[in-house]
Amino acid sequence: MPARHAKSKSPYTLDREYPGAFEGETVTRRRFMTVGGQAAGGIAAASFLLPALGFAVGPIFKGTPVRWESVGPEDMFNEDNYIPVILTLDPTIGEAGKTTVYVRKKNLAIDTDPYDKTTPYIAISTRCAHLGCPVRWVDAAERFICPCHGGVYDLLGRPVSGPPVRPLDRFYSRVNKAGEVELGPRFSVNSELRRFSPRYPGETVDGIGQYLYPSRPGAQKL
Amino acid sequence: MPKLPAPPMPSALQAPPPRPGDPDAKAAPVDHAVTAGHTVVDWVDERTSMSGAARWLMFRKVPKGTNWFYTLGSATMFAFLSQAVTGVFLAMYYQPDANGGAYESLRHVTNEVFLGQFVRSMHKWGASVMVVLVFLHMGRTFFWGAYKYPRELNWVIGVVLLILTMVMSFTGYLLPFDERAYWATTVGININGTGPLIGPYLSDFLLGGPEIGATTLSRFYAIHMLIVPGAIAALIGAHLYLVAKLGTTAPPWSKAEKSEELREAEA
Repeated sequence: MPARHAKSKSPYTLDREYPGAFEGETVTRRRFMTVGGQAAGGIAAASFLLPALGFAVGPIFKGTPVRWESVGPEDMFNEDNYIPVILTLDPTIGEAGKTTVYVRKKNLAIDTDPYDKTTPYIAISTRCAHLGCPVRWVDAAERFICPCHGGVYDLLGRPVSGPPVRPLDRFYSRVNKAGEVELGPRFSVNSELRRFSPRYPGETVDGIGQYLYPSRPGAQKL
Repeated sequence: MPKLPAPPMPSALQAPPPRPGDPDAKAAPVDHAVTAGHTVVDWVDERTSMSGAARWLMFRKVPKGTNWFYTLGSATMFAFLSQAVTGVFLAMYYQPDANGGAYESLRHVTNEVFLGQFVRSMHKWGASVMVVLVFLHMGRTFFWGAYKYPRELNWVIGVVLLILTMVMSFTGYLLPFDERAYWATTVGININGTGPLIGPYLSDFLLGGPEIGATTLSRFYAIHMLIVPGAIAALIGAHLYLVAKLGTTAPPWSKAEKSEELREAEA
């Protein structure tokens, strides 16, 4: 009989002459102890690694509470120019959690985009859409200008020069019963001013960009 | 002119020879100290066999032509040690409090603590020194071809050390929590966010929330003083082990010496 037709040897049984192996045994005691010891070590390590990892990664999935903050009476704002107001993004860290927002009453002659019909006020975020530096509204030029890398935006916040990849973010606005303008969460817009859930600066939301740069799981547009 | 032997000391000044059977009766205190030192080292070595490892690490053969450029790696390591020591002492005063406490604690270190400004400046400028030294060391390795077989793994470890040094620079920059720290970190996190698909999630992980806040600062502090320094120390150990194991390369301009037989054959 050729050797290849011989009954194949079991890797663990007596025919291999392992010390302490019984005939017909599929797993030797030595093998069992090795695997068992490694499994116990793996379980012990996972029992502290997995909770620690979840603890560090958890904030990604935490929802952002929707805050509305009053920024001033209605007659403080007009249709022709931006008024800077201070908005609190994170109330827990003092001055660092505040940001400037430029607010203008909606002007149907200028704000002709079809996507944002309900917002009574245009609230432009000062976070540059390039890398997040604070932009400033320059009245004489009628442009938002970023000090860091030369991003320039027009009256509606659309980029006209420099590296920004999308228009400036905006904030939801509403008027409360006392006649005060309230600003809500941030949202991003694409080059046609269509609304998207907030993205980080530097991330385009045009075309495939909206899928390449997903928003935070906890942050959705209203 | 041949040097004449020194004349013998007068017998009055010569130490008397030790008596037989009483070896250290007249030993000087310094001899006792030396003996005590030997005893301690022997005691440790008998139980650990460390002297062999120390000899293996320190008394290696180095190629002909070894020069000052070979000290750049050690210089980088000492820059790291300096950062570690000054960092530990800064951590005794620093508070990772985003609501003004971080800036205030560093103002206190700079203006009021004895030598505080000196130690903080050592840490601040030492960070730049370390980055410069890392690049000089890397350039030396690259231009001299010292990354080639069998030292590729050491090059890879070195690149990981370079990245970790950059992580240290990036996370350390936020800790003063002043305007420059805030905006530089904003830009840095947003650059990182422009990576497709996982970039935004990485930004979320670094920020620990939608904006730079208290979580971001304590997160950066933990990365800066716990995670990365431990990884750097461990990788420096692996880097040094491979240097000792594989030896250093000769400079590219040094030529191999011809063997004896070849020289004879040519003659």
